[in-house]
Amino acid sequence: MIAGHLPVLLVVLPLMAAPVCVLLRRPAWAWTVAALASWGAFVAAIGLLLQVLDGGPISYPIGGWAAPWGIEYRLDMAGAFVAVIVSAIGAIVVPYARASIEREVAADRIYLFYCMYLLCLAGLLGITATGDAFNLFVFLEIASLSSYVMIALAQDRRALTAAYRYLIMGTIGATFYLIGVGLMYMMTGTLNMADLALRLPAVAETRTILAALAFLTVGICLKLALFPLHLWLPNAYTYAPSAVSAFLAATATKVAVYVLIRVYFTIFANVDVFETMFLREVLMALAVLAMLSASAIAVFQTNIKRMLAYSSLAQIGYMVLGINFATLTGLTGGIIHLFNHALMKGALFMAVGCVVFRLQAANLDTIEGLGRRMPATMAAFVVGGLSLIGVPLTVGFVSKWTLVLAAIELNMWSIVVAIVGSSLLAIAYVWRVVEISFFKPTPEGAPAIAEAPLSMLIPTWLLAGACLWFGIDASTTLSVARASAAFLLGGAP
Amino acid sequence: MTSNFAPFLIFAVGAALVALTRGWSRRVVLVAVPVVGAINLAFLPEGGGTTIQMLDYTLVPIRVDRLSVVFGYVFHLAALIGVLYALHVRDTVQHVAGLLYAGSAIGALFAGDLISFFVFWELTAVTSVFLILARRTDRARRAAMRYLVIQVLSGVLLLTGTLVRAHETGSIGFDSVGLDGPGGVLIFFAFGLKAAFPLLHNWLTDAYPEATPTGTVFLSAFTTKLAVYALARAFPGTEILVYIGAVMTLFPIFYAVIENDLRRVLSYSLINQVGFMVTGIGIGTPLALNGAVSHAFAHIVYKALLFMAMGAVLHRTGRINGSELGGLYKSMPLTTVLCLVGAASISAFPLFSGFVSKSMVLAASLEEGYHGVWLVLLFASAGVFHHSGIKIPFFAFFARDSGIRTREAPVNMLLAMVLAAFVSIFLGVYPWPLYDILPFPVDFQPYTSVHVLAQSQLLFFSAAAFTVLKLTGLYPPELAGVNIDAEWVYRRLLPRAVRRAVAGLAPLDAGLRQGITKGVRRVIGGIGRISGPQGLLARTRTVGGMVGWVIALLVLYLVLNFV
Repeated sequence: MIAGHLPVLLVVLPLMAAPVCVLLRRPAWAWTVAALASWGAFVAAIGLLLQVLDGGPISYPIGGWAAPWGIEYRLDMAGAFVAVIVSAIGAIVVPYARASIEREVAADRIYLFYCMYLLCLAGLLGITATGDAFNLFVFLEIASLSSYVMIALAQDRRALTAAYRYLIMGTIGATFYLIGVGLMYMMTGTLNMADLALRLPAVAETRTILAALAFLTVGICLKLALFPLHLWLPNAYTYAPSAVSAFLAATATKVAVYVLIRVYFTIFANVDVFETMFLREVLMALAVLAMLSASAIAVFQTNIKRMLAYSSLAQIGYMVLGINFATLTGLTGGIIHLFNHALMKGALFMAVGCVVFRLQAANLDTIEGLGRRMPATMAAFVVGGLSLIGVPLTVGFVSKWTLVLAAIELNMWSIVVAIVGSSLLAIAYVWRVVEISFFKPTPEGAPAIAEAPLSMLIPTWLLAGACLWFGIDASTTLSVARASAAFLLGGAP
Repeated sequence: MTSNFAPFLIFAVGAALVALTRGWSRRVVLVAVPVVGAINLAFLPEGGGTTIQMLDYTLVPIRVDRLSVVFGYVFHLAALIGVLYALHVRDTVQHVAGLLYAGSAIGALFAGDLISFFVFWELTAVTSVFLILARRTDRARRAAMRYLVIQVLSGVLLLTGTLVRAHETGSIGFDSVGLDGPGGVLIFFAFGLKAAFPLLHNWLTDAYPEATPTGTVFLSAFTTKLAVYALARAFPGTEILVYIGAVMTLFPIFYAVIENDLRRVLSYSLINQVGFMVTGIGIGTPLALNGAVSHAFAHIVYKALLFMAMGAVLHRTGRINGSELGGLYKSMPLTTVLCLVGAASISAFPLFSGFVSKSMVLAASLEEGYHGVWLVLLFASAGVFHHSGIKIPFFAFFARDSGIRTREAPVNMLLAMVLAAFVSIFLGVYPWPLYDILPFPVDFQPYTSVHVLAQSQLLFFSAAAFTVLKLTGLYPPELAGVNIDAEWVYRRLLPRAVRRAVAGLAPLDAGLRQGITKGVRRVIGGIGRISGPQGLLARTRTVGGMVGWVIALLVLYLVLNFV
């Protein structure tokens, strides 16, 4: 009975729990509701993935209205896979957030944080579940609006400006997406993705559809912060509360990447977007630029959160690159990196959040000798850092190996060089943190601090452990990513 | 009964326990690990074990066959000798690194595919460097860094080769690779670096003598022999190896004769011995391969014995240069005797282990018609006796009395040496247990009159030559000094050439240097300006600026598509 309604439960559970948080007001109660709802969503996502693995894509008509007229929720392998990682991060961040948010958000606003957190989660999960182009826009806005608020909740006043800038850029991105959807609706008269896929080939050569694709691409690239549309991201991640940085870095941009995949491989499934519309040249150039320039910028940063934000931009370059290959291996690489990067960036931002919890700031000059004072935290950081570099036995190696193979298959040797070069830059910025925290002596007069509380350490290590687990045994994640890619490339659903 | 326990794991767990324990319990763990490992090895089933699916490839972390088992046993034996010898050391770093190093080398032996092999290959590099760093001198630190760079370079070559090969053939299996494609060549060089091929060998003679007395014992056993194993698996019968091996047996002799640091002498003789194995692999017949493998087996034990004897000297006297030692037989009689056993083994005296293994390679080279190579090997054998068999014990324990009075080596060191000496003599007298576990069935009689006579003559004349040269004063005296071989190119020639060229162009030089520094500074400044905290790329932009980019990109798309 419930199993049949899982697609909608996935979204409705956090969506309905959000107002409950506002009603309860007490931080502890709000936290309990958030924890229950996010773990419930996680269970639902796992159930959905199992169903999809078992019986192929699931279609769920909302309110019993059948597909092209009503709104259809449609989960295929890629959607369920992204839903699992998003809800997993959502479920892991909540226990972590309790102590961290208490420290970083004013006490009378904590219930608001959990409310926004659940809304954001609902929006992100909705994007993965929906099969309707306009409904996707709605969820995109729910997720975005709530994330602006979450960023602005930080006590640092710069967060307010950062949130405002993000708001403007995010709104432009969403608007562009909506314009694209509108243009497609004008030509085809439908909003259902599967239906669009069937009708688009007939009108693919018209200027309206070309313009629609341009608007969609630019709008989504703005959301996923592809170079040079990334300018809103570093400040937003730097000044947001640590738990928010961890959550958004691990999920928000990933879901935007997922939207890009949806548009190219589901809506435009029957149109050869990469060959006819110059997409590949432009996007690939930007992806490579992102990988190299963002990594180079990260090397020079002194604020560790900011450094991680720039490293995220570089990693997004990898994902876009994988999508652009548009081959089975390439798309597999993009999807597996989406999953793996969520794990490692989550672990890294959480580790930095632990540092912030004890030191109020995470700058290179404040972490001298921290490896001895907070060994568990910094060890988790090292694991995440090694994944970023792509050391064997970590998830990063699996992603990069797949992407390099994809590039070799296409004989794009310059791309191989770029991937390796960007990894070398990653060694540089990760090593700086390791060197300063482990090999520099603790400065005299440094405050005596304890290790972060267990409620923060355990979630951090859960993700760091996952970085190792899925790095050593990548067979599950890889087979799912490969099946997703094969399904997406197989044509219209 | 069979076991499914990965050999590497035993060492990893052991290393963790060692890090946690102190005193007697630590010693028990240290000795137990290689023993348990060897017992586990005896119960490993033949063939591939569990597999791990990675991308399109199937990783086989444990694959057991005859070749890996022989090496497995001797590596366990070497690990046991190594930990016994180091038992008195209190330095946790050395113990942990030693166990992990031995464990990763053993793990590499049982890796059934190139990727797993690569992982262990890199692990041996990373773990072994701590054995050099643990000397805690500035010299050692620098040697360790040079060593690490070369080792990691070998790993990078291996990984690249694997990738290219995977792309060419679709297989990552670690079996016969061959030199057909660029992938094979890259892998060949990766192995060659670690096997200390001529001109690629400098890291060895550079780093091994700088390690701690106990660390060198570990180092001498694993890295090069792992490379020998890899060559035997991937490139058996590759003809170029015959000649590479022959050169390897030959050139170190001359350096060994003039070198003063006795552990460096042993390092050169190590290359010389590895040369015999490489030649055997290159010949590639069952007899030759058996010879290479058994020689590796015997060599690991007696070379460890020699390094241990020299380590004991270093441990007790703090000196290792031939010119500063001598007459130690009075204070260290047991060490002297044990060192002589090692010397006899490496010189291939009949009834010692070197004899029963080396003669196989020599016989194989004759059988296959490599007469020139056979002569080279013969000459090299004489040379071995000369520098390792005579020079080492002579200058350390006899020669003129240096006046040093010290005590016998510690009990655990003696125990380790006795174990190694016992194995060396046992195999020399009764080689059949070793012959039984070789990769191919053995149909070889070491003790024929021809073999024994030829070898004895060789040894006799070599000894005579040393005596004559020494008596007539023609033998190169032991001088304190640094001998530099091919590394001369990068440690002397290049700097000198650059210096001379620069000096000649003095007027130009100043301007040039200023120009270059200015240029470099400008580039760094430029990168900093672009990517630095307040740089062009990292600066916080106005909202208008950000939107500008959005519009630019949109226009770019529209123009591209509409024109």
